[in-house]
Amino acid sequence: MSAVDRVRVEADACVGAGTCVLTAPDVFDQDDDGVVVLLTDRVGPDRRGAVRDAVARCPARAIRVQGD
Amino acid sequence: MTTVTLAELTGRPTGCPFTPHPVVERGRDAGEPLRLEPTPMLPGREDVQPHVLTRHGDVRAVLADPRFSGERAGSPTTGDDPVGVAAPWPGMLLLTDPPAHTPLRRALGREFTVRRVEGLRPAVVRIVEQALDDLEQAGPGADLVAHFALPVPSLVICELLGVPYADRADFQRRSGVMLDMSEAEDVRRRAQQEMLDYTLGLVARRRAEPADDLISRLVAARGGEADDVALATTCNLLLTAGHETTAHTIGLGTLLLLQNPGQLELVRDRPEAVGPAVEEILRQCSVVASTVPRRATADVDLGGRLIRAGEDVVCHLLAANRDPALLEDPAGLDVTRPAPPHVTFGYGIHQCLGQQLARLELGVALPALLRRFPGLHLAGDTPPATTTGAFTFGLTSLPVGW
Repeated sequence: MSAVDRVRVEADACVGAGTCVLTAPDVFDQDDDGVVVLLTDRVGPDRRGAVRDAVARCPARAIRVQGD
Repeated sequence: MTTVTLAELTGRPTGCPFTPHPVVERGRDAGEPLRLEPTPMLPGREDVQPHVLTRHGDVRAVLADPRFSGERAGSPTTGDDPVGVAAPWPGMLLLTDPPAHTPLRRALGREFTVRRVEGLRPAVVRIVEQALDDLEQAGPGADLVAHFALPVPSLVICELLGVPYADRADFQRRSGVMLDMSEAEDVRRRAQQEMLDYTLGLVARRRAEPADDLISRLVAARGGEADDVALATTCNLLLTAGHETTAHTIGLGTLLLLQNPGQLELVRDRPEAVGPAVEEILRQCSVVASTVPRRATADVDLGGRLIRAGEDVVCHLLAANRDPALLEDPAGLDVTRPAPPHVTFGYGIHQCLGQQLARLELGVALPALLRRFPGLHLAGDTPPATTTGAFTFGLTSLPVGW
């Protein structure tokens, strides 16, 4: 298991629901239009669960996670 | 294959307002394909039997799949009244597909970001406290729905739209009439027209003198006189979408907690329990039990079940939320467990626009209610009466004592 996950977001697909922000506010934010903003694209094992939760909840399936 | 009636699709057994009709749950657990009988809800489609999806995985797959169109399925209606009084329904966005959907969604979505909604917290707290004062004044035996569950979301929408304080009593009265299924249809239509006229007036006022509220921002973004009716209709749709749904979840959520005293105490006393509790209550209540139909625009294989191009699909959100594949002990209320990704707000690009506002309202209203009335209990012996034949499900009244 890798130490770090890489997180990517597809801003065009984002519908601004904000569930990622609720789930992992240290990783995801919204701009004034509600579109996702990635605060960091690398997350350690301690945040893996929260980020994967955000992936599952995103209604637009706009978040992707990859192990390094 | 089993055919279910509209009543079986949307109804809940008497005394069990958190359970779908048994035929729906049996279908889900047996993996049996269900279809909905032809329904007047879909005009001109009297020969159609929409597929009914009940599994969490299937529901999410369909709602996120661009091959399923809201536009092509057309408007659910109970007659010649597409998005109106007879069946209030937030039609506009839901019945629009990309690419037209995207800018509409973005324009409104700006007003419902986590940050923007959080900014409404002080107003929500204030509105909740005033409603609790009103309930307290009404005295033990009062109807929680009339004094608390219905007014809170309506007043929050007033705050969001920027309805002046002086106008709120009338605003609530009109919207109450519009929602009241026991009123004659022409009375309700008149109330809806009065609401539209009022909102048009507000749009004009904010155009002349912008304030720091949603209407002012939408006016500034849209511009142009010709847009005013569309703008006012959109604002009224926000009310339609966000009033009953939230009100019913407050009412049903209160009942659910009263039925689970240990859980109630956690919600009342532990701030860290509120977030998971709100999600668990949303999951259990699922006030929009099933979605408006979507039309397949291509053949789609749903794990062995074929949906052909041109066929309609309805997603049973309540059944999906109770799918054993989603979580253990789905019928149980457990406000301590991490919330699974429930589909109460739907899924995909049309997922509820106001969901963060709903979460805020529930997270403020329910703990505040329980703290104000530590001895809260049901008054009366009969199970609370529930709505019938509406798109949203809820309690029509909930007499409580303390």
